[in-house]
Amino acid sequence: MVAATAIDNVRTTDGIPLKEKLRRVEQARRLKAFSLVLPLLFFILVSFVLPILAMLWNAVYDPEAVSEELPQTVAALADWDGRATPAEPVFAALVADLQEAQKNKTAALIGKRLNYEISGIRSKVIATARKVEKLDTGPFREAVIAIDAVWAEPETWAAIRRNDSPFTSYYVLAALDLRQGSDGIHRISDDRAIYVAVFLRTFWIGLQVTAWTLLLGFPVAYLLASLPARQANLLMIFVLLPFWTSLLVRTTAWFVLLLDSGVINEMLQLLHFTDEPLKLIFSRFGTIVAMTHIQLPFTLLPIYSVMKTIPPSHVRAARSLGAGPFYAFWRVYFPQTVPGIAAGCLLTFILCLGYYITPALVGGPTDQMVSNFVSTAINTENNWGKASALGAILLAVTLALFVLYNRVIGVDKMKFG
Amino acid sequence: MNNKTVSIVAIVVAIVAIIYGVMQHQQVASLQQQVETLKADAAKAKEEAAKQAAAGPQVAALPGVNLTVVSWGGAYQDSQREAFMKPFAKASGAKITEEEYNGEIAKIRAMVESNNVTWDVIDIDTQTALAACAEGILETIDWGKLGLDRSKFIGGELQACAVPNIVYATVIAYDTTKLNPGPTSIKDLFDLQKFPGKRGLQKNPFINLEWALIADGVAIADVYKVLGTPEGVDRAFAKLDTIKKEVVWWEAGAQPPQLLADGQVAITSAWNGRIYNAVKKDNKPFKIVWDAQGFDWDWWSIPKGGPRVDAAYAFITYSSQPGPMAEQTKYISYGPANRDAIPNVDPAVLPDLPTAPQNMTTALIVDPQFWADKGEELRERFNAWLAK
Repeated sequence: MVAATAIDNVRTTDGIPLKEKLRRVEQARRLKAFSLVLPLLFFILVSFVLPILAMLWNAVYDPEAVSEELPQTVAALADWDGRATPAEPVFAALVADLQEAQKNKTAALIGKRLNYEISGIRSKVIATARKVEKLDTGPFREAVIAIDAVWAEPETWAAIRRNDSPFTSYYVLAALDLRQGSDGIHRISDDRAIYVAVFLRTFWIGLQVTAWTLLLGFPVAYLLASLPARQANLLMIFVLLPFWTSLLVRTTAWFVLLLDSGVINEMLQLLHFTDEPLKLIFSRFGTIVAMTHIQLPFTLLPIYSVMKTIPPSHVRAARSLGAGPFYAFWRVYFPQTVPGIAAGCLLTFILCLGYYITPALVGGPTDQMVSNFVSTAINTENNWGKASALGAILLAVTLALFVLYNRVIGVDKMKFG
Repeated sequence: MNNKTVSIVAIVVAIVAIIYGVMQHQQVASLQQQVETLKADAAKAKEEAAKQAAAGPQVAALPGVNLTVVSWGGAYQDSQREAFMKPFAKASGAKITEEEYNGEIAKIRAMVESNNVTWDVIDIDTQTALAACAEGILETIDWGKLGLDRSKFIGGELQACAVPNIVYATVIAYDTTKLNPGPTSIKDLFDLQKFPGKRGLQKNPFINLEWALIADGVAIADVYKVLGTPEGVDRAFAKLDTIKKEVVWWEAGAQPPQLLADGQVAITSAWNGRIYNAVKKDNKPFKIVWDAQGFDWDWWSIPKGGPRVDAAYAFITYSSQPGPMAEQTKYISYGPANRDAIPNVDPAVLPDLPTAPQNMTTALIVDPQFWADKGEELRERFNAWLAK
């Protein structure tokens, strides 16, 4: 009690209690440390967290939503039974909304959005908006149906009503080959379904490439780790040199090699291994070869750096205790490399999921991965909602796989060196 | 072509010319007619054009302006550089920065939406221009401000936000040293027995579906009617299925001549100017088959809200004059959209232009409205079909 009081009473030269002063100094130090991290934190926030949040937001939020452009119609549709053609008030509301849209030049946006769900309606909406400009007095129902019979279809109105809020599940469902009909969610027809197959393909290619890099990389890493430093460094250059070369350059190099009239095919034909050029380019084979080549260092380097930390004495001890060479390797050496394998494989697998340029250049149409379809949605379809939904699903599945991986192998066991 | 066809064509030309006289102040609906009138008009235009060319195109002085012009790269952009960019920069004092793209509408949209328009003039295709215009991301063209006579342009009245620039054709081509005799019709593109080997096609349903139907026996005039029905679409995909395994898909216009040169494909679809260029500049033994070639436009457009709209107008005005347009045909065989340019074109190049009379008889005029309406649906199905 007395001691505590004594410390409480100790003051520094400027009259502040020592405890308080210490706290302030500590706080200033923490603040300084934090401010050093701040630029990085800010960078991560701006370049990583915000874009991902924006993507997730875009996948469910529809800025072109029909609700914003057809507010009165959506309100009037609230009491509609969903089966027959709606009554006069709904049509009056539609006419008012379309007249407004025509004034603001937003009719094309309404048409574009509805066209996602009802093909061919885009031009009908635009034409109707143009024609209703001249309608001042009712009854509107017959007049609008006379402009285009599409307005008599309950399906049209159901599509409008489904979009009564700016939030939509349309894009996420579309990215899973699903569709919201008037009677619940169902799969779209087989000749249009595409994305589930593309997701499976993306993961399958990633898995294959990971397996190949491990198969090829592990022995090389072992060699590098066990050679004397001089030779190991030279070999390391061979691993790193391609690693430092641009991804595009390496892919283009594979393109040249794999062509029907490329080096490999010419060589095989010259040596009479084959008469016809083998189908190397624009195929799954070419994609996996090129991706394996590019990903090899990513798998190899973590394994190598883990192997470097394993004392050679362990295997020697096992051998001296009577273990055979394979037994000693498998039971003593290999288990210690698992953290490196885990890290390298995870790195390669996740990087593979995002491959775009390599499959685009050396793969055929059946080898394209999710990112290629994201690019199509953004660049040619101008459908950012679908692109975001594809990205969001890829992110979600990757995270789910990561959790599974963590359960099986354990992320805390992972070591990059 | 036998005598009968020639006389029929002659009569058609005459009739169309008379109709044009009557309808001079009305818009001519059919594009085919327009191109026919182009020929009838040529003599009259020749005098006027010669006068204009002698005077040289007018250019506004734009010292210190940095104008960014975006086009499709390769031989096409090279021709534009020689005919438009360089002389315009020299005459106006503006500095021109060039960029390339593959018609990605999203890039334009992103610029306009973020209010950060850095592209001042874009060379754009028909469908993208229609879609972008409807979505309000292109400036509406004020022809008065351009100082150009809209009626002089082939297809000038088709778009509100774009000025016709060239007429091009999507054709099929082959290497004469590898296929001899070569294919002669679009049917041969689908005939793997007669012409074994890989096919190069654009990774887009556009033109490919039309060709599939024509090869399957649909008359050129009925293509869009058939393609408008679900059965027609099924039929087109079924026909494409027969060559699917042999197709190499290209995306950039510079790819098909390269694929041909590498021997990677036996027959490829391509934009006619790219093949012409490979033949003239690189002495490649390629030959174009003028059958059911897709007749289409490229356009100049201005992204909405850019900071240099006036300079962009000046550039488009310059590039649409008969003189520079004729100059462009020295480098690439695309038809100038300005009818007045035709008399200035080297007669040796004329037969290679998509607008040449003998090429027009076989042309498939692409229907932009059809693609504006059905494009999304067909592209979706095409992508799903491709990925299987």
